[in-house]
Parts: sequence; C-alpha cells; structure tokens
Amino acid sequence: MLRYLTIRIAQSIVTVLLVTMIIFVIIRLIGDPTHLMLPPEATEADRELLRQQMGLSDPVVVQYWRYLLQLLHGDMGMSYRFSLPALDVVLGRIGPTLLLTCTSLAIGILVGVPLGVASAVRPDGWIDFLAKGIALFGQAAPPFFFGLIFVLVFSVQLGWLPTSGYGGPQYLIMPSIALGWYSAAGLMRLTRSNMMEVLTSEYVKMARIKGVPERAVVYKHALKNAALPVLTFASLQFGILMGGAVSIESVFAWPGMGKLILDSIANLDYAVVQAAVTLSALMFTAINLTVDLLYAYIDPRIRYA
Amino acid sequence: MLEAPSPDGPVLRRTGAKDRTLATSAAQRSSRWLTSLQVWVAVILLVIVFGSALLAAFVAPYDPNEIGLDKALQAPSVQHWFGTDQLGRDVLSRVIWGGQVSLLIAACAVALAGAFGTLLGLVAGYFGGAVDRAVMWIADVQFSLPAVILALVLVGAVGPSFANIVIVLTLANWARFARVIRSEALSLKSRDFVLLAKLGGASPLRIIAHHILPNVLGTFIVLATLDVGLIIILEATLSFLGLGVQPPDPSWGTMIADGRGYLERAWWISVCPGLALMATVLSGNLLGDTLRDRLNPIQRRRW
Repeated sequence: MLRYLTIRIAQSIVTVLLVTMIIFVIIRLIGDPTHLMLPPEATEADRELLRQQMGLSDPVVVQYWRYLLQLLHGDMGMSYRFSLPALDVVLGRIGPTLLLTCTSLAIGILVGVPLGVASAVRPDGWIDFLAKGIALFGQAAPPFFFGLIFVLVFSVQLGWLPTSGYGGPQYLIMPSIALGWYSAAGLMRLTRSNMMEVLTSEYVKMARIKGVPERAVVYKHALKNAALPVLTFASLQFGILMGGAVSIESVFAWPGMGKLILDSIANLDYAVVQAAVTLSALMFTAINLTVDLLYAYIDPRIRYA
Repeated sequence: MLEAPSPDGPVLRRTGAKDRTLATSAAQRSSRWLTSLQVWVAVILLVIVFGSALLAAFVAPYDPNEIGLDKALQAPSVQHWFGTDQLGRDVLSRVIWGGQVSLLIAACAVALAGAFGTLLGLVAGYFGGAVDRAVMWIADVQFSLPAVILALVLVGAVGPSFANIVIVLTLANWARFARVIRSEALSLKSRDFVLLAKLGGASPLRIIAHHILPNVLGTFIVLATLDVGLIIILEATLSFLGLGVQPPDPSWGTMIADGRGYLERAWWISVCPGLALMATVLSGNLLGDTLRDRLNPIQRRRW
C-alpha cells in the first residue's frame, strides 16, 4: 500500500508540474500586458522599461523557473485589473463555483445512481424507459442551453424563480440542475451497465440460489460491487462540471471562477487566468488522487497490480 | 435485424425474478422495435441536418447575413419558419448556414483528434515501456485540465480563427482516442495472429498497419461517432462564450448567445439553433450507441 501511495502521489506531482508548464507557455502567448498597463501615449522605451521591471524580457525558461518558485510560496503574481494578488482574487471567487459544482455533482449522483440501479433491475420497464430519455437528453445539449430553457420556462413564463444572480437557494436551483443533468446522464448509464453486468455474475446467482431476498441481492451484493467504477467516474465528473460552470456562470451571472476566467482572458489579466487554471487543475488532481487512494483502500486488487 | 442471443435473456432472468418472463419478452419485443425506430429517426434527422448544411447555398431561403431592421424580432411564420432575429435576419437560414460552420469544425476536429489519438494509442499500446508511459502521461495531463477551460485559454491565447478552433478542439479531445485504442492494441499484440506475423519477420510498422489497425477500426468508428456530439457541444460552448466562431458568421453557439437578451420577447432566436444542435447531437449519440452494440454484442443491452 505504501509503495502504491508513493507512486501515485509522485505521479500527481509530475502531472501538476506539467500542467503548470503548459499553462505558463499558453499564457505567455496571450499577449503583452504592458499595452494594457501604460497609457497609449507611452513610448516604446517606457514599455521596454516596464517589461524589464516585470521580468518579461528574460528567457521563458527563466521566467518559468521564477514562476515555479513563486508558486511554491503561494505567490501567483499580481492582477493588473484589481491591483491585488492574483491568488486572492481567485480565492475570493472559488466559493460560489464550489457551491455550484458540488450541488450539481450531488444532483448528478442522487438522480443518476438510483435511476441507474432501478433501470438495471427491470430493463425495458417504464423506469428504464424514463431514465433512458433523461440520459439521452442530458448528453445532447450543452448545459448553458438547458439553463436558457429553464430561464425561459420558469422565470420568464411562470415567474417562479429569479432569472439570474447569487444569493439564497432559489438562485441555485436552475444553474445546478442545468449543470448536473449532464453528470446525471453519464452516471446513470454507467451505473446501469455495471449493475447489469454484476447482476448476471456467479456470486449474485449464488446469493439468489441461497434465497437471499431480492432487495438484499440488489443493494448489498450487486450495488456494492457496481459502485466502485461509479465512484471514479464521479470524481472525473468534477473536472467536466468545472468546465461547464464557465458557461453556466455566464448565463446566470454567477460570481464564480468561470466568469472570472472569461473576464480575465478578455482583459489580458493573465496572472489571474494562470492562478485560476492552475488552482482548478490542482483541485481536480487532488480529488482524483483522493478517489484513487480510496479505491485502492477499498479494493485490494488495485494496490498490488 | 440481427438476432444475437442477449447475455441476460429470459433464461437467466428466471433465476432472479418471479414470473416476469412473459411480460419481459413482450417488453423486449416492443423495446427492440423502439430501438430500430430510434435509429431510423436518428438517421433521417442526420440526413436532413447534414444535407441542408452541405447544400446551404441552395436550401436556405434567405441570405443569412441580410439585415432588415423593419422585419426584426418577427415570430415564426410562413415566410420565416423560425422567425427573425434582432437585426431582422432569417433564423432558419442562419441555422442552416450555422450548421455548416459547426459541422465542418466538428468534422475536422474529430478527424484530426481521431487520427492523432489513434496513432499515439497504437504506438503506445504496441511498443509499451517508456513510449507508453510518456504518451499516457501526456494524456493524463490533458485529462487534468477541464476541456472547456483548456480550450478557452488556448483560444484566448491564439485567437479564434477557423484553423485555431479546430486545433484547440483537437488538443482537447485526442486523449480519449489514445486511451481506448491503446488498451485495444495492448490486448491485440499478444494474440496469435500478431505473434505469427512477427515470426514471419514483419516489421512493427507493418504489424501495426496491417494487423492491429484493421482490428481497432470498429472501436475507432464508435468513438468517432460519439465524439462528434461532444465536439459540437464544445464548439458551441466556445462560440457561446464569444471565443469561437466570430460574428457576423452564424454558428449555433453564437446564435444561442445572440438570443440571450431577447428571451422574453423572441425566444425563437436562441431556442431554434439550440434545438437544431440538440437534434444533431442526440441522433449522433443514438447512432454511436447502436453501432457500439452491433460491433460489441456482449455489451449489447447497455444504453
């Protein structure tokens, strides 16, 4: 277990390092921030001076090394737009995004897994039919389109919910369902196919022959074994949800990280883009690592493989 | 229709449930009929969408960029089936031309991501060792950056031209192909026919091209069919956020964004292109699922 733990953690660190490198190179392609920081009448000499002060004229490798050292100290540069440390700007916006993505993931799991189990137990029944419909539609359109349809129906036509904004639970309902639907669809499909596989396995047959009640067969014997890949899949959903949050935040004027990334790209505020993308990759890698370790703890076959 | 015995057919079912056998077989029959109906609907929808996108110049009733402020925000009618937008442009014509742009981008990106990912997957799976580890590591890195965020930052860096969008979508999607094809190549390379070819003195290139590639083609087709939908959605998201296809060129994503401010007065501006996108992706996914089931009968009864 210790060996597996060490290897897996080392892998994650290298992944994060490669991610920071890629982000760094991309961000340096975006453009010259001195055009933004100096008034238009500034001369080329002024610009050059500022570039030198900011270290932008050094070789990219030197800049990357400096960036990495600063990163280790929790320093991700200054936001030109807010005149604040970029990390603080991003951390200020991370709460709403986490609230949105976690609620969406919870909706995905709470809708996807039970419906997946129910439709595997009775394939071709009416629940199976309903679940298939939900899954097909959920994967057929981007979350922002569902968001707009919800606004059209529940805000504009019925007037039940506020069109956009951030605040009480009434603001959370539409964005999280629009975002969670996609995850629910994937989780449902995976739960269903895993359950169908497990339900035909020898030990389930054995349990049935022994006369274990059908409920116990489904929930105790089958679901426990079918749930492991679902757990991994759910952790991968988190990255997809973070991506989907960008468009959902834009539709619902949700003050999260996605909207911040968009605005920062438009304003060439690249310290903030860098901090936000690095942080989201970091969170995503940490979650995957945790789930992998959890998985290895639950299923001994993994750690000896 | 092909009638392969399903792994969990009525015989197996009897061990578990009470006397559901008769009812299930009736349900199964209706479900099989429904599946073939679904496939037909999907194929017809795809033919309509792809056909009108290809023949946009002949099919579209109006010029997609013709502005007429006197006809702005008209509801769907006989003259304008999908209504007109805030600048009086015909929404149906824009949906058709937008479909051409969206589908062309998706087709290019799927072809590139598929070719690139498959090639890397074949090489990684066949040679194994350091090559395999390197490729899978890069794939891991790609997976740890959410595709939408990666694509946004990339387009923000290089600018939203047609070629750039295609390249960005390729970079955000190749890893899925690489992973699946790698695992297939890994299991194929120890099969007898590959070993025999090796004994016969075939070069690695020849083995990959003649013995492994033909055997992963089925998987490739399924992956590509399912990927079209994902890429269409990703492109629409980029365009919706203003970092994809640029106005005045129509694309489904930009059109949905155009109508955002007019939801109360003119819902059709956003809803019509959205429904076109949904019909396309839904049909593509249905077709992909059916293909997967046909090519992989063991997992036939998944949906």
